Amino acid sequence: MSAFDEWSDNFATHLYEKYKNTKGALLPILHEIQDCLGCIPHAAVLHICDSLNLSKAEVDGVISFYHDFRRENDGRFEIKVCRAEACQAAGSEELVSYIQNRLSQAETQGTFRIEPVYCLGNCALSPSLMMDGKLHGRVSPERFDRLLTLQRTESA
Amino acid sequence: MKPVKVYIPQDSAALSVGADEVALSVQERAESLNIPLQIVRNGSRGMLWLEPLLEVESKDGRIAFGPVSVEDIDALFEKKFWESREHPLCLGLTEEIPFFKKQERLTFARCGVTDPLNIEEYQKYDGFLGLKNALKMTPQAVCLEVRESGLRGRGGAGFPTGIKWQTVLEAESDEKYICCNADEGDSGTFADRMIMEGDPFSLIEGMVIAGYGVGAQEGLIYLRSEYPYAINILEKAIQIATDNNWLGDNIQGSGFSFSLEVRKGAGAYICGEETSMLESLEGKRGLVRSKPPIPALSGFMGKPTVVNNVLSLTTVPIILAKGASYYESFGIGRSRGTQPFQLGGNVKQGGLIEKAFGLTLRDLIYDYGGGTRTGRNVRTVQVGGPLGAYLGEDQFDLALGYEEMSAGGGMLGHGGVVVFDDTVNMAQQARFAFEFCAVESCGKCTPCRIGAQRGLETMDKVIAGEDVSENLNLLDDLCELMKDGSLCAMGGLTPLPVESAIRNFPNDFNSDNDSRK
Ligand SMILES: Cc1cc2nc3c(=O)[nH]c(=O)nc-3n(C[C@H](O)[C@H](O)[C@H](O)COP(=O)(O)O)c2cc1C
Ligand code: SF4
Ligand code: FES
Repeated sequence: MSAFDEWSDNFATHLYEKYKNTKGALLPILHEIQDCLGCIPHAAVLHICDSLNLSKAEVDGVISFYHDFRRENDGRFEIKVCRAEACQAAGSEELVSYIQNRLSQAETQGTFRIEPVYCLGNCALSPSLMMDGKLHGRVSPERFDRLLTLQRTESA
Repeated sequence: MKPVKVYIPQDSAALSVGADEVALSVQERAESLNIPLQIVRNGSRGMLWLEPLLEVESKDGRIAFGPVSVEDIDALFEKKFWESREHPLCLGLTEEIPFFKKQERLTFARCGVTDPLNIEEYQKYDGFLGLKNALKMTPQAVCLEVRESGLRGRGGAGFPTGIKWQTVLEAESDEKYICCNADEGDSGTFADRMIMEGDPFSLIEGMVIAGYGVGAQEGLIYLRSEYPYAINILEKAIQIATDNNWLGDNIQGSGFSFSLEVRKGAGAYICGEETSMLESLEGKRGLVRSKPPIPALSGFMGKPTVVNNVLSLTTVPIILAKGASYYESFGIGRSRGTQPFQLGGNVKQGGLIEKAFGLTLRDLIYDYGGGTRTGRNVRTVQVGGPLGAYLGEDQFDLALGYEEMSAGGGMLGHGGVVVFDDTVNMAQQARFAFEFCAVESCGKCTPCRIGAQRGLETMDKVIAGEDVSENLNLLDDLCELMKDGSLCAMGGLTPLPVESAIRNFPNDFNSDNDSRK
């Protein structure tokens, strides 16, 4: 991945060079921008319109269609919790209530965001969640607390 | 002294319960005690309830220990696990564990056995045999071999793979594509992920064979973003295969060239539907296309395209290596070969079970699975993902095959089986089926887009006990409308979990506080 942490002309040039021969380059470009910046800023959209010869409505339409892409980065840390059937069968709904409750407490309030996902491919070790790109299985409330503490010391 | 090989998986299910931490701890301890151990990070054997599963090579075969946690490492070293079977976590020979021993591993033959990125080892275990054979045949003969094996698409629809390839072979175009559907969106399924992480060269080999068979030069793998470990391993495998001339120009001097690229999905379930996937690959919203034209004639960039599921493609190498009749000799009726079943949810022994078609749900749930994890009674299983039916006890003796399942009111799909115990509320599950459809619908047609929303609202009323029988009648009509009027199986099959739940578990829908009673 490229090491850009803000939108710049250099980033734009880098993307242009990297993807100029890619067929259907829009998703790879959006992914790379979001991986670097945490969202797809307005200036990036304008650049994409220009370089791929698309209208703003087309690019916006794509960004809004996919759950992964965001227009704004609210700085909160994302926890993807599986809400699909195999996790439901192993108590994911109770886990979600626990997590919601836990995250609304003062010391964590406003620093985490729960994102529902439908299956993380870990259905035999459910319930599952993903934090910082790391998958966790058989998540109990106690295990969630440990993960949270770990995450907070790592990002502090 | 030659180091003893110790295997600890790098499969993401194993990682999700601490395989990295275990590997690190074993490594550190071995170094500090000066014990020559060589740690190999393999794929998973698929006995997921035993993960992290640590294996030690021995003259009789590999010895398994599991599930191992960091807290067990001290005791394991005290008992000299690398030469003794004394530690209580020892399970004996891995391949003698009944869950594993009873299986028929064709597609998953190497998964968990080898180091996924060791290309020499891949070849030592019969890797690239199929491709070598294919390159000596005519493309037409390759398509015929696949057809005669009886292989049907493992992505859900069960369309004969050889016939699809034949259509693309016959389509005239100087540009053709192989698109691997690695979106694996169905809840309860993880076989695509496991084989991409545990034996990625088999997918590469299958795609090169497909390319040669139909005359395509380029392949794309549409891999869901929820699988970062699989993306990482597959990208490395593509690089290694290219460096070793199993991809790229003039593959192994055959004159055939083929290149491969991974494309990351973006969290939309509908992009697993093949035409939606093609739109997504082209950089558009994942709106389902109406057919015709079929992708085989007009697919990626409007060119003839093979769209195949990961398991269809990873099964092709063994068909070309051992011959169509070998593969075809497994299975029942029109379901030939083996299916990697995935057992998950509330089950004691969850994991991957590859077995010839024809075993029953009961075999899976009890013989392999050992019943529920909670120890309560099994009430229902959902087979075939979020669009699959909820089956009750009286359907557990259905044979697992495409026709056999649909005759029994179910659907095999991608082979996922999710177990629920007797605390499940089927009205809530029916409600969820609509909710999921409402969230994931591509929005192109009204019966699905609006229908799912209405279904959700109506289920809420049923659950609240409002005019229950009237609302159930309404749901009936709505389901008929969705089945008849939807463009694709997202809207068309959402009624399957709903109606099966109502039919098989009517008591969960007859609320006592029906306001009219
Ligand atoms: C809503 C929906 C979701 C689907 N999701 C997947 C998927 O995740 N993976 C897959 O291989 N096929 C999926 N399919 C089936 C594909 O449309 C297509 O039949 C399949 O990729 C063809 O490959 P095969 O013949 O090898 O099975 C889905 C179909 C529908 C209607
Ligand atoms: S049935 Fe649903 S998902 Fe399929 S095309 Fe219609 S709106 Fe899209
Ligand atoms: S259903 Fe939750 S990981 Fe598959």
